[in-house]
Amino acid sequence: MMAFLRKQQYLIDFTLSSLLRRRGKNFGLLLVYTMIVFMLASVMLFTESLRKEAGIILQQSPELILQRIVAGRHALIPAEYLDKIGRVRGVTQKKARLWGYLYDPAVKANYTMMVSEDRELSATEVIVGAGIARTRGIGLGDYVTFRSHDGKALSFQVKEILSHDSELVSSDLVLMSEKAYRSIFGVPDGYYTDIVLSVRNKKEVRKVAEKLALKLPDSRPILREEVLRTYDSIFNWRQGIVFVLLAGAVLAFVIFAWDKASGLSAEEKREIGILKAVGWETADVLRMKFWEGAIVSLTAFFLGYLAAYLHVFYGSASLFEPVLKGWAVLYPDFQPVPFIDGLQVATLFFFSVFPYTVATIIPIWRASITDPDAVMR
Amino acid sequence: MLIELTDIRKAFNQGKPNEFWAIQGVSLTIEPNRITCLKGASGSGKTTLLSMIGCLSRPTSGRIALDGKIVSGLPERFLTEIRRHTFGFIFQKFNLIQGLSVLENIMLPAYPLGLDYGTLKSSAERLLDQFNLSSKRSNPVEWLSGGEAQRVAICRAMINDPKILIADEPTANLDTKLSREFMDLMGELRRSGKTILITSHDPLVFESPVVERVVEMRDGLLVDARS
Amino acid sequence: MRNSSIFLLFISACGLLLSLTVIDAAVRRSNAADDLQRRAQIVRQAGLTDLALFTEARYTRHLSQSDLHSAFQDHPMAMEHFPSGSLVQPPRSDDQ
Repeated sequence: MMAFLRKQQYLIDFTLSSLLRRRGKNFGLLLVYTMIVFMLASVMLFTESLRKEAGIILQQSPELILQRIVAGRHALIPAEYLDKIGRVRGVTQKKARLWGYLYDPAVKANYTMMVSEDRELSATEVIVGAGIARTRGIGLGDYVTFRSHDGKALSFQVKEILSHDSELVSSDLVLMSEKAYRSIFGVPDGYYTDIVLSVRNKKEVRKVAEKLALKLPDSRPILREEVLRTYDSIFNWRQGIVFVLLAGAVLAFVIFAWDKASGLSAEEKREIGILKAVGWETADVLRMKFWEGAIVSLTAFFLGYLAAYLHVFYGSASLFEPVLKGWAVLYPDFQPVPFIDGLQVATLFFFSVFPYTVATIIPIWRASITDPDAVMR
Repeated sequence: MLIELTDIRKAFNQGKPNEFWAIQGVSLTIEPNRITCLKGASGSGKTTLLSMIGCLSRPTSGRIALDGKIVSGLPERFLTEIRRHTFGFIFQKFNLIQGLSVLENIMLPAYPLGLDYGTLKSSAERLLDQFNLSSKRSNPVEWLSGGEAQRVAICRAMINDPKILIADEPTANLDTKLSREFMDLMGELRRSGKTILITSHDPLVFESPVVERVVEMRDGLLVDARS
Repeated sequence: MRNSSIFLLFISACGLLLSLTVIDAAVRRSNAADDLQRRAQIVRQAGLTDLALFTEARYTRHLSQSDLHSAFQDHPMAMEHFPSGSLVQPPRSDDQ
């Protein structure tokens, strides 16, 4: 046993010396390999974290939301619809809501404006999200002006700034009273954006939605489970940028492995001949080549993964910010929570280490079983 | 260790139109603890014969026995075992692994044995010392002169303490002075109990006083066997 | 020191760091529990339905409230208009 371990260590010695002969090339290879693992791991950790977090906090979303659709577009919903709903079994509460979007040309950002009754705001007070406060440089007590639907400039005082740790959901929110909302947007009394219902029993939500669809045929129900499903498939690997990233990474790995597997140079063949002539068996040569692949891929995996972990959970995945932000101005300043799926990490490990390691052994097979007396000539 | 060859024949590209019989029936006994020289022009088959004696290749027909035990028919794994413990090779072109240090090159043949590192290193350093190479131990082998590389090749051949040393045209890349030095070294090694087999067409080798027996070959057959 | 010893030390250090990340993740998770609660609370109080990640347009900001048509109402090429269109898709309905 000891002899076996010692032998492996000798083989590693030889492999390292061999790799160090072409320092530049091999370090370059290691660097690229590590960067690919870093990129894949970062994406993996970030998306898993967001998905899990969305799954947790959006559990508190309303069970059922009703939108009114007119000519295929989301239209305002009149208050009578609340009465039309009447009493439906299982519905514990129904409420009409007001919310919308405001474009602020000063910073070219979109805000989400919401009416919040339980905050008890006066007609001239607002609560803003931390992202807005940061972007517009406003603090508590400051005044912020919005342009209303009829061209007037309406001023509101900032009563509160929503906490920084809720930025992921509230970064771009502006909360206000109903009066303030209607004066900004000109939504007439008696009309609302949508209706929110609370259903006691989770399993009944669908049934309720079906009943409501009959009572209000021009409405579109949105179930909480749909909301959750939306965020479960966010950053899905099957589409868009993530797919391109993955395809690129797979291709890179294939190229590395191909380069290794596509045969040996004359010099490498000669060296194997020498090794065999001085007493190495075929198996020893194969093992040594295995270590060559393993050393590079293991190092790349560890360095890439550790860097990715730091990047995502200590650096808020800042390298992704430009991509996610896109053309937006507001982007939440948040720290992802480390929800890690061990299976994903194991898969990444498998795919970054195994194919490359195996690829290094393949071309050696043929060379290592030839007679070593070729070195005599 | 006694080496016995019985009716050895070796063909290349057997069955194909360019079939070539390099060895056409050689029977030979090589005594232990002697320096024997295989003399012949290039193409005479001496390198092929040497390669078979050293268990680097197998004869097409015939038997090779070491101390009475037949080795020519053994599977590769056993051949490698025997080769490791019995033979030390010094190649014509030295065949050192480029980019590695002198010390690593010398220790290389012993890697598969999984010996204790300290022990192996001291054996290697002893050899380096014996051949006056200690100061060069960490140098990459590309930096060595011809004579130094030759001595490193000898050290490497000696690391597993083999009974038999085989040298193929050892003086081909050396000048006269170094060639004489090499033959002196061979004499010393023989005195320490080794059996040495050299192939050469260099008169400096086969006419050297150190050589105790010359076996001449031509066209795959022995010409003479005189002591 | 031998090359292999250095390498083996390096790999062991990496393995150690990896285990540290597992522990660190667990610690951070438990520390974040409060924050998560606070976020969940705001979601409940304000009736929020989406993360504030993509504020470029209404159908990227409120993914779950949009359907396939919302994007096209604004512009026929709207899906590809914003970079976030390639990161997220409108919600799938049950029969998709």
